[in-house]
Amino acid sequence: MRVVEKAQLMSASEIDRTLQRVAHEIVERSGGTKHLALIGIVRRGVPLAQRIAQAMRGIDGVDVPVGILDITLYRDDLSKVAPQAVLRSSDIPFGVDNMDLVLIDDVLYTGRTIRAAMNGLFDLGRPKRVSLCVLIDRGHREMPIEAQYIGRTVQTSDTEIIEVRLNEIDKEERVVLVDRVEP
Amino acid sequence: MTLRTRDLLALEPLTAEELSFLLDQSKPFQEIQRHPLKKLATLRGKTVALAFFENSTRTRISFATAASRLGADTMNLQAEASSLKKGESLLDTVQTLNAMKPDCLVMRHASSGAPDFVAHHLDIPVINAGDGTHEHPSQGLLDALTIRDRKGTINNLNVTILGDIQHSRVARSNIHLLGKFGCNFTLCGPAMWVPEELEKIAGPNTKIRRVFKVEEALEGADVINVLRVQTERQHEPSISAEDYILGYQLSAERLRLASPDAVVLHPGPMNRGIEITPEVADGTQSVVLEQVTNGIAVRMALLYLAISGDAEDAAHPAAESAPPRNRRSTDRKDA
Repeated sequence: MRVVEKAQLMSASEIDRTLQRVAHEIVERSGGTKHLALIGIVRRGVPLAQRIAQAMRGIDGVDVPVGILDITLYRDDLSKVAPQAVLRSSDIPFGVDNMDLVLIDDVLYTGRTIRAAMNGLFDLGRPKRVSLCVLIDRGHREMPIEAQYIGRTVQTSDTEIIEVRLNEIDKEERVVLVDRVEP
Repeated sequence: MTLRTRDLLALEPLTAEELSFLLDQSKPFQEIQRHPLKKLATLRGKTVALAFFENSTRTRISFATAASRLGADTMNLQAEASSLKKGESLLDTVQTLNAMKPDCLVMRHASSGAPDFVAHHLDIPVINAGDGTHEHPSQGLLDALTIRDRKGTINNLNVTILGDIQHSRVARSNIHLLGKFGCNFTLCGPAMWVPEELEKIAGPNTKIRRVFKVEEALEGADVINVLRVQTERQHEPSISAEDYILGYQLSAERLRLASPDAVVLHPGPMNRGIEITPEVADGTQSVVLEQVTNGIAVRMALLYLAISGDAEDAAHPAAESAPPRNRRSTDRKDA
């Protein structure tokens, strides 16, 4: 099985503009940022959450806390993931009770990651509201989960993979659509 | 980074990289100890067999709590109730347990090497919860994690171990772990408990010295591990309590000889007023209760690593790929 790049979906500047836009949307729809907090899902949701928080500071000096959530321990496919899936640390330095939380991830696909993330969040307390923000929604849901803030919706086939590459992790900045093809 | 085997029988054969990996993987589980809801469903439907052929309270409860917080069930075998009393062999006992299909065996045994022997005969992962005077790997890991949290590092520390080192598997696991990070060891206790051969147990790169005056042993220490004066593993006449207190008890006055930010560990259960004074045990330098809390985190990590990722089918598309781990059947079972 080979992987070939089919198309570039977003450039660096498009990613930046999109994050600026969703930052505005989150502030607008939250009706006050007093109880607002962002939770980045490990790994690529974390830099995205930090960038959205940065963008919010530019809007009207809104400073929202950012937490980090690793969902590995909450997966429902423990025996199917790679052997000894490496755990990364979660770090949510604020109480989640009565908070208005926005989960941030790069790609929304089956919805299972978000299901796991919500399980993780509810172990920490009882948030007032949880919404979801993703850079790409690629469809193919297996759970009744939808995002409230979407960077871009992309029609995909099952064999295709969306790779969000971010400077902080991948040393490049773009979103590409790749496909698995028989050799 | 993956481990070479799913068993954890001893710390001695592990590399510094593997030991750091185990400590790092314990961190997410330390966070879970602070959650209001501490129970995960990660190992739901899995069973951990706890076979303690030697009495144990805290280690057994710690492993049982770790399993339960991961969502796993436990099967318990305890020495007093076991059929060993009826003459069943160790191998028959563990094979009977294994026939009940647990996913992992945690065992403690009074004979050094017993978990190794069992691991060679079972196809499930075996975790050593203390074997004779050999090793106590999860204790060694939780000690290192506690030290790392307090001191910020486990590199190049002066570690003083006080007490009955000859009979201590905790001391051996401490030395085999911390020795790989450049720590220097001072072993101190009555001469019959600190025999000369201990200086050689960790190879030529680990500096181990024996000292028989506690004041000298404590000077400049960054870490002090106070061992329990244990009666159950002594086969020779021992020292009187009065003489031990006079010669080796860790008191506040003696602790002042150590580095000002030295931490005091004790594997428990403590004999207050014998090897340690209550003032030191409850003092700010004592990390005894942190050790207990960290013990659950370390054991959760060990159970998670032993049991998870068992399937050999392909990785989930969203998961990062990791190289396949060596199965036991391909490495040591044939050896």
